[in-house]
Amino acid sequence: MSARNRELMALVPVALLLTAGFAAVFAQENAKLDDASLIYGAYFFAVCLATHFYLRVRLPDADPYLFPMVALLMAFGLVMVYRIDADLARDQANWFVLGLVLFAATIHFLRDYDVLERYRYTIAVVGLLLLLAPRLPGIGQQVNGAYLGVKLGPLAFQPAEFSKICLVVFLASYLREHREVLIVGARRVLGVTLPPLKHFGPMLVVWGASMFMLVFIRDLGSSLMFFAAFLALLYVATGRFSFVVIGMAMFLVGAWFFASTVPHVHDRVEIWLDPYAHPQTTGYQILQSIFAQADGGLFGKGFGQALITIPGTDNALLPAAQTDTIYSLIVNELGLFGACAVVSIYLLFSARGFKIALLAADGFSKLLATGLTAVFAIQAFVIIGGVTRVIPLTGVTLPFISYGGSSIVANFVLLALLLLVSDRARREATAP
Amino acid sequence: MNRQIVKLFAFIVALFAVLIGFTSYWSVFDAKALKEKNANKRPLLEQQQIKRGRILTADGTVIARSVPKGKGEALRYVRRYPEGSLFGHPIGYSFVQEGDSEFEQFHNDELVGNESEFSSILDELRGRAQEGEDIVTNLDTEAQRVALSDLEEAGFGAVVAIEPKSGRVKVMASNAPFDPNRIPYDLEELNENEIETPLVNRATQGRYPPGSTFKVVTAAAGLDSGAITPETTIDAPGSLEIEGQPLQNDFDKDWGSISLDTALTNSVNTWFGQLGEQVGEDTLFEYMDKFGFNSKPAIDLPSDQVLPSGILEGNTLLGPNDPIDIARVAIGQERLLATPLQMAEVAAAVANGGRLMKPQIWSRVVDPDGRVTQKLDPSEYSRPISEQTAEELTTAMQGVVNEGTGTNAAISGVTVAGKTGTAETPYNESCGGGSEENQAWFMGFAPAEDPKIAIAASVECTEQFGNDVAAPIFRDVAETILDGE
Repeated sequence: MSARNRELMALVPVALLLTAGFAAVFAQENAKLDDASLIYGAYFFAVCLATHFYLRVRLPDADPYLFPMVALLMAFGLVMVYRIDADLARDQANWFVLGLVLFAATIHFLRDYDVLERYRYTIAVVGLLLLLAPRLPGIGQQVNGAYLGVKLGPLAFQPAEFSKICLVVFLASYLREHREVLIVGARRVLGVTLPPLKHFGPMLVVWGASMFMLVFIRDLGSSLMFFAAFLALLYVATGRFSFVVIGMAMFLVGAWFFASTVPHVHDRVEIWLDPYAHPQTTGYQILQSIFAQADGGLFGKGFGQALITIPGTDNALLPAAQTDTIYSLIVNELGLFGACAVVSIYLLFSARGFKIALLAADGFSKLLATGLTAVFAIQAFVIIGGVTRVIPLTGVTLPFISYGGSSIVANFVLLALLLLVSDRARREATAP
Repeated sequence: MNRQIVKLFAFIVALFAVLIGFTSYWSVFDAKALKEKNANKRPLLEQQQIKRGRILTADGTVIARSVPKGKGEALRYVRRYPEGSLFGHPIGYSFVQEGDSEFEQFHNDELVGNESEFSSILDELRGRAQEGEDIVTNLDTEAQRVALSDLEEAGFGAVVAIEPKSGRVKVMASNAPFDPNRIPYDLEELNENEIETPLVNRATQGRYPPGSTFKVVTAAAGLDSGAITPETTIDAPGSLEIEGQPLQNDFDKDWGSISLDTALTNSVNTWFGQLGEQVGEDTLFEYMDKFGFNSKPAIDLPSDQVLPSGILEGNTLLGPNDPIDIARVAIGQERLLATPLQMAEVAAAVANGGRLMKPQIWSRVVDPDGRVTQKLDPSEYSRPISEQTAEELTTAMQGVVNEGTGTNAAISGVTVAGKTGTAETPYNESCGGGSEENQAWFMGFAPAEDPKIAIAASVECTEQFGNDVAAPIFRDVAETILDGE
């Protein structure tokens, strides 16, 4: 069966799952089955079909499983967000469509994505400016002590989501050109293999600047994500595990420095270590996130059964349920099994992403696919790890599931780039 | 680069495995502990969305029910107690903020309809919301009302009435009472009231010197162990020197050589003091244990809200090897303390031919469709004495009511067996420190030949005697219950 036919076959159960999900939520709310779930299912399927036909024409050889997996994550997200608030779900559906439009545009304009290499410094500067934007007077917005948002007239978005793609493109391109020198020029100093500073420098500047920006705008989640993506790419490009060790050491020093000097960072770590110290204030979110999971058990309470606000009031029982803690809500309503399903989808997505990198012939394609996949997987890890107390809780979105336009649109651009790489790699791999 | 990519993927797999590990830990392995955390209000909030079952008396009077408040997501249920303070004890209360107590706490699982996770999934598939089950108790509305109003007239204290054959608790009244409907507003105030202690169920947590009512236990040990027969006579002088202190009869009366009937009818201290010494610590403790002393009662109330009876040094129960004055224990003095529930159990055991049944407040559990899902199956706690000993004791106890110290317990047309008790509790701070304060008791059962009810009534801080203040309560409550039969 051709790749695109497999994609089509995979989309059918996804649409059915979304329909069933909505049906379950309606059944819970009105104690009856509503044919609106069929209508939503049909819309969803139609949008997916349109995308599928577009891919059939433009990227016939691209990986057949990535888009259905993203559709599945979107279906999860739409149902969960709808269950929290129908109005939010309408926004989410609009962003889904907007995301697909940008997805199509990316595929249309970057069919020859090598062009990105030529503009790598421009892209790096754009990425840094995007990070700086929330701190600019007039357009910046502060939320919960972090400067995450930008508001331009009616348009509000979180630039860090787009910035991560810029950074990955820059790093992939830079490392493709300099990886040989980084390997060959490495010297051993005191038993540790150090990269040559001359070639390492520019990258260190870009990376250091982005890290500084993130601390400056207090977006810890994104900084963790960027850092991990950087190390992953550096490791794949050079094969030097010692570079990763040096990076980790640098990170620890930096983390210690920020944790002891920046109160915002310090607080996050304290809450993580002992959430029970202030259960009603600073520790509230992480504790409620864990309590919500404890309530889910193996099979969960079922769609629409979880308590999100304290009954009779508007006070949140699970703060930021539609964004940060949506994973805890999934555990609560769908149980450990539902959570395993979600984590498995991200894992399968990563597997397909790395498969593309393995298949790709040229260095830039390999590194681009690796970087995009790594940053996507790590984003999922940072937020799921945050709400399960593996690492300190920081506010990044759960890709394609959390409510939020920037996240969805940016991740569709990420998906478009991955499929572009995949299409070329698979065509070349199967060519005689 | 491919080798590194594969390794990187392996690393991502490991990271995700950690996520699954932590999620499993929170959602399954540590879930129970997390649900019990103080900071976790989720279980309580969820419970108030469940329609908690009603609690009913034996005749169907509603003691507790849940009423809905709000709509949709904000829907929750609040507990109402239509009878107010009448059943504050032993039913207790259940509220989200204030928690729960007594019967409401003990029977929480049935009242909220808790089931195993598997059967709750089946319910979910059938589209059934979790709903609590009703519990019908053995409590007798009228008798409870009589007991509480008599107590309110007599003073702080408690009444417990048990059906001897089954252990069904028909009355459990404690004065001062509290109105569970006021708990959300007055909990702190009720907790701080150290004089009335309205939240303490005196029937199960009030430990008092049992005085002469305990002579029934001493007599049971004497008869059943073979130390004496009903015909055995013991010389009972007006006063005896025991452990360097005189043990005296009322008015120092010298009774001469008498047998059990005369001794019990007239509550002769020197006779029972000597019997106690004759029986000995080991045997007396053995019988006390079988009557339920020295362990928590097997009643359906939370174990932290019931107290064992026995010889107490502070909060520690003493055993037969501790230095104790057995003669004074035999007449219900020394450091011996008993709850009204314990003394009601003694009466019930004698009434039931020597078989002590487990006292139970609940009778049956009824699901929302009206099906009885559980039914009380009366079970034996112990057999402290033989049927013959029980008969002999019954005869002696009838004498108490017919011609002895407990005549106020008599009911016309019904034979009554019982025993009074008046323990002197002078300078007791909880009684205001007066020099004439007594703990007044009456314990007994009726009809003597076919006992339908066994009752213990105890009144704190009274200047009157058991026969004056406790026996009339016994009579009123017993009459009400027998009339209702």
